Amino acid sequence: MAAVPRANVPRMSRIGHAEVARVAALARLALSEAEIDGMAHDLEQILAHVASLDALDTRDVPPTLHGFDLPTPLRPDRPAPPLDPELAVANAPARQGTAFLVPKVLEEEG
Amino acid sequence: MSQAEKVLSGSLRTLREALDRKELTASELVEASLARMDRGKDLAAVVTRNDEKALRAAEEASRRIAAGKPRSVLDGIPVVLKHNIVEQGELATCSSRILENFVSPYDATVVERLRAAGAVFVGRANMDEFAMGSSTESSIYGPAHNPWDPTRSCGGSSGGSAAAVAAGFAPIALGSDTGGSIRQPASFCGVVGFKPSYGRISRWGLIAFASSLDQIGPFARTVSDCAAAFELMAGHDARDSTSLPEPAPKVCERLDGEVAGMTIGLPKEYFVEQGVSPGVLARVREAIAVLDKAGAKIVPVSLPHTTHTIATYYLVATAEASSNLARYDGVRYGRRAKDPVDLEDLYRRSRSEGFGAEVKRRILLGTYVLSAGYYDAYYGKAQRVRTLIRRDFELAFAQCDVILTPTAPETAFRLGEKSGDPLAMYLSDVYTVSANLAGLPALSLPCGLSDGLPVGLQLLGKPFDEASILRVGDAFERATPHHRLVPPGAAS
Repeated sequence: MAAVPRANVPRMSRIGHAEVARVAALARLALSEAEIDGMAHDLEQILAHVASLDALDTRDVPPTLHGFDLPTPLRPDRPAPPLDPELAVANAPARQGTAFLVPKVLEEEG
Repeated sequence: MSQAEKVLSGSLRTLREALDRKELTASELVEASLARMDRGKDLAAVVTRNDEKALRAAEEASRRIAAGKPRSVLDGIPVVLKHNIVEQGELATCSSRILENFVSPYDATVVERLRAAGAVFVGRANMDEFAMGSSTESSIYGPAHNPWDPTRSCGGSSGGSAAAVAAGFAPIALGSDTGGSIRQPASFCGVVGFKPSYGRISRWGLIAFASSLDQIGPFARTVSDCAAAFELMAGHDARDSTSLPEPAPKVCERLDGEVAGMTIGLPKEYFVEQGVSPGVLARVREAIAVLDKAGAKIVPVSLPHTTHTIATYYLVATAEASSNLARYDGVRYGRRAKDPVDLEDLYRRSRSEGFGAEVKRRILLGTYVLSAGYYDAYYGKAQRVRTLIRRDFELAFAQCDVILTPTAPETAFRLGEKSGDPLAMYLSDVYTVSANLAGLPALSLPCGLSDGLPVGLQLLGKPFDEASILRVGDAFERATPHHRLVPPGAAS
């Protein structure tokens, strides 16, 4: 795993235009300049509120990951009827037979 | 109003009796439900329907009942589903443009179980887009209106389900609750809303928002009706790996009207004068007096991390949402942008055209708090504080069986009042989010009116102890008339 310099990370960070644009790219959202400004304003307010958590000492507190503690359940490995492939692609915006169609991913050699 | 419509306003028990005594048929009951929804269309509570299918299911139920073989207490009973619970062959849009035309290829477990019990699905309810909201205003169908006052919000995100029960469209509606999305609308609309413990009801077929917090639950006019619907839906389901491996608990038989010997805790952090409206506080204090008189022991308890619950919730919920909503890519289902130049363009434009502003806001916040360099400071921190919040409840429940609080700090606010201020909207969930963070069962039930609008009382239980809160709620109902109050329009 890549080492992240955690000690240098600001505990409470301000989020500006460039940061929102970076996050929008990660989230595969195309936002207009005006939308980015609006989101930066809202997220700034929300992050200011959540900064209150910094007051709590949680060094020795384990994280809660789920609603209750349950080990990963196992079930017998028995074949069962799958979803009908026709139904599985019924909502596809573009399809060919029972395959989903997308724009070309690989460039042609040339 | 027809005789069937009058009967439709009653509790599940009176409906069952009317059907089993052949005073009316399931078909007449479902027709009455459809007629009521026609007249109440302007509420935008139920936004899509398949009348033909509902009437066919009602006919089959009528035949079973005529033969003296009803399948369950819900056989032939109209039920409304929230638009994020899937039924094969029906739209499930989450009130989002991105799923506007999505027709489910399969049934949710709760749909399968209720259909097997004979329930008739009469319509699908409006909601905040992807269940992200507290007012049912951010919806492709437009805002839903509160039957008590159409200029006000019916709460959210399951606002359409709550309004449908309040307006008398159906005696049972299903919702989902991630941070209060069943209880707050129940409070605003003067009906009972029940969020079972995390893991009690299968999430298979519930379109995911925040997977460690989401839970399906019923709305009804009485606690015992909620309990009956809960028993039919709960219990282990192998298709949901977070489903508790136990059968549904028998809660109905525990509703004996007794609270003597039970201890009810009042968290001092929830009863501060600032932040909760005087009208709400007054009704809740009257409710405490009723339970005190009925023989419950009332004790003070403390939940010291209460002020941190909203911050913790919005970090955990948005992080999980950003991950869950990554699946909407315009490839396999949902909206696809026209003429994409490449795959990346297809993803970005499909998502940007398909999601509304609040969903984008939460995806951005969630992506940010999970991104490299911020994960520990935000998401990791919130998970640790979640442990502290859970421990608060463990300590409090060492001193009491049930915790009692207001459900919401105020009565139904006006449409538009908070829609421009996301943080103000988030803060309105202050009393409800902790049950989701701690996985607790929680119930909201009507405890009277303040300035003509319903006030909700919240009961929180120990994990998997649904029976205690249902028992206290039912005893409260037997001692008070509040659950019989109906919105001015619904009585005529």
